[in-house]
Amino acid sequence: MNTASSDLLTLVLGIVGVLIFASAIGYMLQRRFSANGPNAAVENLNARIKAWWIMVILIGIAFIAGRIGVLILFAFCSFAALREFVTLINTRRADHWALALAFFVVLPIQYYLLWAEEYGIFAIFIPVYAFLLMPIISVLRGDTERFLLRVAEVQWALMICVFCASHVPALLTLTIPGFEGRNVLLIAFLVIVVQLSDVLQYVWGKLFGRTKIAPNLSPSKTVEGFVGGVASATLIGASLWWITPFTPFQAGLLALIITLMGFFGGLVMSAVKRDRGVKDWGNLIEGHGGLIDRLDSVVFSAPIFFHIVRYWWSLS
Amino acid sequence: MKILFAEIAAAAFVLFARAITAVRAIWPEHGLPSRPCVYFANHSSHGDFVLVWAVLPPRLRNQARPVAGAEYWLKSKVSTFIGRDVFNAVLIEREREKRTQDPIELMTTAIDDGSSLILFPEGTRNLTDARLLPFKSGLFHLVSARPDVDLVPVWINNLNRVMPKGEIVPIPLICTVTFGDALRLTPNEGKDVFLERMQAALLALSPKPLGSGE
Repeated sequence: MNTASSDLLTLVLGIVGVLIFASAIGYMLQRRFSANGPNAAVENLNARIKAWWIMVILIGIAFIAGRIGVLILFAFCSFAALREFVTLINTRRADHWALALAFFVVLPIQYYLLWAEEYGIFAIFIPVYAFLLMPIISVLRGDTERFLLRVAEVQWALMICVFCASHVPALLTLTIPGFEGRNVLLIAFLVIVVQLSDVLQYVWGKLFGRTKIAPNLSPSKTVEGFVGGVASATLIGASLWWITPFTPFQAGLLALIITLMGFFGGLVMSAVKRDRGVKDWGNLIEGHGGLIDRLDSVVFSAPIFFHIVRYWWSLS
Repeated sequence: MKILFAEIAAAAFVLFARAITAVRAIWPEHGLPSRPCVYFANHSSHGDFVLVWAVLPPRLRNQARPVAGAEYWLKSKVSTFIGRDVFNAVLIEREREKRTQDPIELMTTAIDDGSSLILFPEGTRNLTDARLLPFKSGLFHLVSARPDVDLVPVWINNLNRVMPKGEIVPIPLICTVTFGDALRLTPNEGKDVFLERMQAALLALSPKPLGSGE
């Protein structure tokens, strides 16, 4: 067993331990508060914990399958996220081919480029080629009704759900001296820090939350949750330095950046939901809502994390 | 052999429909009737009955037969196989002058045999901007012949955006299928009043259009 897989194993055991602990607390809360009549908050907590088990198992299987497994997992995430996003946007019949192209051509090509490790095209394929070609295809049908709005929304959907999300598996393409064969741990670092930050903000908020931080956007987010969650996730990030190419201080700083991007990403995506008049993006993950509800913070932090690591650590 | 092919094809249709639409059923408060019933739904796409069929629990799905136009489904060998063998459709002749069999009789026979029907009372696909076309009278004649049959309104949402008329590639979008509580024909209810009531019950299940509020 090489160091990457033994570190991964330690990590997985740690996560499973946390989940067992969470499940035990969920079980106790259920016995105490939700034994007779259902308590919505406890039921939702347990549904979330159960969904976490499934998500961790799926990511674990992808990691075991290696590069192809990770790429397929995130390609499916992009597909499901794009499906949720496009469901909520203004489209007209004239956009049909542009949308079909987004799902069945742009998305597979973006992930193929990662497989082929064509970084130069990967980085500009959606911002340049798709950006210019999609409105051309829409305009060919000659329907000008709300044209700018329609085109802009499809662009946004592609950038968020495909371009930004694909920067998580893109971490596999980096070449970091002394870190060869361990890139999958960068994905683990990013996903663990950003998701723990979400969970810890929720926990801190539930325990000590008093002051609403953005009442118009997300009534459940509080200042106490934000500060406590970001601080504790940053500390956990620093303590995970041994799986990364960073020093503990660097790991903590990157974790801070990741959690802040994740937090504000959550706010932005909440604003989009408010605008569209929905509470959740979908129903894919029981207790959490849609896939985007879980992925919003990852999507906002992944490209920044990728580019910081690429700029200062990677040779490629 | 043919039955095996039909079952594989049916499973493939359901899988494909689920992969594209992630379809989710919203069930009525009092559950679905377990006896044979008539599901009546809005009709805006060729895939409508596949979606209803896909979300029904297996036990109810096996008894459910879509009612469809014979002239459309008997056009070619492949469509005949899909219509007759895969979905076990009750094929009715829509053009009155050319009819050899009475559609109502075909439907009552199916119900008497223990099947449920999936029916689109608008009679044709709704390609207009109106949410629902006026119902044809078939539904009324059917319940007049079998007044003790439950009628379940079913609203299919978003499928018309997945595959608008004339397009061949479906766009993946999330669809929902909302079932309402079962209804019956009330004694002495006239045709127009009854059809009006059924249309209202179906429209009541349709969600507000998303994001279209300016």
